[in-house]
Amino acid sequence: MKAAPFIYHRPSSVDEAVALLAEHAPHDGRVLAGGQSLVPIMAFRLSRPAHLIDINGVAGINTLQIDNGTLRIGALVRHAALEHARFGGVLEALLRAVMRHIAHAPIRSRGTFCGSLAHADPASEWCLVAATLGAEMVAKSTRGERRIPAADFFAGVMSTTLEADEFLAEVRIPVLADDAQFGFREFNRRAGDFAMAMSLVVLRLDGGKVADLRIGLGGAEALPRRIAAAEALLLGQAPTPALIERAAQAAAADIEPLEDAQTDAIYRRELTAAMIARAITDAVRGTTP
Amino acid sequence: MTDKLAITLLVNNETHQVLIEPRKTLADTIRDDCGLTGTHIGCEHGVCGACTIIVDGEPVRSCLMFAVQAQNVAIETVEGLADGDVLHPLQQAFMQHHALQCGYCTPGFLMLASHALDRNPAMTEAELLDLLSSNLCRCTGYQNILRAVRAVAADMMAKRAA
Repeated sequence: MKAAPFIYHRPSSVDEAVALLAEHAPHDGRVLAGGQSLVPIMAFRLSRPAHLIDINGVAGINTLQIDNGTLRIGALVRHAALEHARFGGVLEALLRAVMRHIAHAPIRSRGTFCGSLAHADPASEWCLVAATLGAEMVAKSTRGERRIPAADFFAGVMSTTLEADEFLAEVRIPVLADDAQFGFREFNRRAGDFAMAMSLVVLRLDGGKVADLRIGLGGAEALPRRIAAAEALLLGQAPTPALIERAAQAAAADIEPLEDAQTDAIYRRELTAAMIARAITDAVRGTTP
Repeated sequence: MTDKLAITLLVNNETHQVLIEPRKTLADTIRDDCGLTGTHIGCEHGVCGACTIIVDGEPVRSCLMFAVQAQNVAIETVEGLADGDVLHPLQQAFMQHHALQCGYCTPGFLMLASHALDRNPAMTEAELLDLLSSNLCRCTGYQNILRAVRAVAADMMAKRAA
């Protein structure tokens, strides 16, 4: 199908963009960034915004750099930029490994990191990254700037705590320790398809014991989050295969699984346990497939 | 209806003045208004890849961009691949390796693969599989498409070495 009619706006500065958003948000105005999620749902007429505020011409929002121990990712940073960016450290390697799981090259060359977070699809890899690594969102509006921790940002399936007149100008992710190790595993039925369950695990090994552990789960529940029940079992322990399996099973028991026609709750729990166990194992070994 | 906008598109080094609604996709505009029907439209929501073209040096799904967003940048479509009557090597390879049957997906595969080969003909097999998994073909079973792209990649590498 074709998208319903809308009025098109193309601001060239952040000030202009937030002014347009303040004016049109009450009348069903929306931000258009990469368009790789918004345009399909407009084609299906699931979304019919009356105004589109296209930020692709806005200057100064394609920052991708580390400042004071934090990686800043601006609103126009495309998925593909994470393939070639060289800001260094474990976080660079992690983001590049995760990026490879996002859709396909022509989608990655348009879609944006911040747009994925604002869209908040439960199957979004970047939403899982933000939730697991404790990212901070920088929302801008004519009322000023607001910082939102990832834990307070995701509100449900395709729902965030961004106000209608705010746009997600930047995401900030704390850099990881030089000896941090990570694992990322995703299950889907076709290359590039939506994740049915995925897990991102980051940890350090301190004398053979697990330290600074983060176990994130995405695609399985309405929102991505860290699974405290699994982390508690593993933290400070030697990561034996038996203990990893216990942690994975604890996570599977802890979740409220999304269900759809192809994936019932039992299957989603099994996928959750498998992805978490494999991601922990990869993180412990320091290998990423 | 919303008011139509007069925009200029630069497709295969030719300018096209078109009058379009903002909601018109780049794919529809290239076909209907520029008259370049080589770009095919399959799913219209970014899944099938038939409409893949090159915009500003990057491969994109032209069904997921509005034409109004593509002003002032270079657009390359399948019509720009051949040099007069001489087919692009990838087009020739698709013929030789029987990489098309109905041909509906072919323009998308050609644009996707020709761009990737220009950027890196030394793709690994895994990278090539990942690249081509982007687009759908319901006739060939993909093996012949892979053969065609591998053949061109090998030729390009041989020429580089020579």
